[in-house]
Amino acid sequence: MSHDPEHVTATVRRLVRDWCAEHNEAGERPVDLTAGDAAALFGVERVLDSLALVRLLVAVEQGIEDELGATLTLADEKAASQQRSPFRTVGTLVAYATARTVEELEAAAHG
Amino acid sequence: MASPVTLVTGARKGLGRFVAEQRLARGDRVYGCSRQPSDLTAPGYVHVCLDVADERAVRQMFSRIRKEAGRLDHLINNAGVASMNHAMLTPTAVVQAVLATNVTGTFVMCREAARLMQGASYGRIVNLISVAAPLHLEGEAIYAASKSAVQTLTQILARELAPLGITVNAVGPTPVKTDLIRNVPEDRIASLLARQAIPRLGTPEDVDNVIEFFLRRESGFVTAQSIFLGGVC
Repeated sequence: MSHDPEHVTATVRRLVRDWCAEHNEAGERPVDLTAGDAAALFGVERVLDSLALVRLLVAVEQGIEDELGATLTLADEKAASQQRSPFRTVGTLVAYATARTVEELEAAAHG
Repeated sequence: MASPVTLVTGARKGLGRFVAEQRLARGDRVYGCSRQPSDLTAPGYVHVCLDVADERAVRQMFSRIRKEAGRLDHLINNAGVASMNHAMLTPTAVVQAVLATNVTGTFVMCREAARLMQGASYGRIVNLISVAAPLHLEGEAIYAASKSAVQTLTQILARELAPLGITVNAVGPTPVKTDLIRNVPEDRIASLLARQAIPRLGTPEDVDNVIEFFLRRESGFVTAQSIFLGGVC
């Protein structure tokens, strides 16, 4: 599987945006996708509730496994130990999930 | 409607095997798992060899179920190990092994099942507990404690997963003639049965009856419940 960071970033961004678009169709508090990577998800500017965040993370993890071949857990100790939550915005989630995916793919490649 | 997809842990023999066969007879597509291979071959049955406490192997199995079946409707957490010994003679290694299979294994299975079930906003999870806990059976401190943990896990997961359309319940069998009680002396079984309202050994059919009730689509308003057989409470 390719672990070119640009390809991983583009894939993860699409997974996150696709989930948000589906979430917005349900008519709950929508994620402002017009804001691009700055769109708020979870935190001070809380758009998603805890359960919606769980569903988003599960969808992104499953998509990463299917499309990029990396099995990972996004809401783990590494996420909890960050000074600022990686789940604040679309951009922070994409950056965090991309870094974790590349890490995982490189670890798998080196065996 | 497509056939329900069911996963039964500890499906190689005993209760798990019986339940897997009953689900197949009812038309489910069944995945079973156990540490050793199974000789059950039937249309709609897939067996996976793994240790339920091996997180990586469990995740791989769920990934396979998601890719092959696309969903999971039922999880029956039957895999379990027992250990009968006086507390003062129980090594820590035994404690860790019992907790790994009965508690960690059940938790990992529930977690991965919920991740798969939430996509359809529907799911039924049934955990196997035991009368050893409410009867406070001497000689089964760790086994009973592990099953108490599973009962509490059931109650809390039921609340966490209710918004996702997933119910979580537990059934606590009395002794059933399986390998789990093979080494228990007859006089101990007799004194245990005497403490039940209905003093007889359970049968696989007794257990399956409760599981079937929890799995029914109509049981969507039943969650966080533990039913002990034989009138134990």
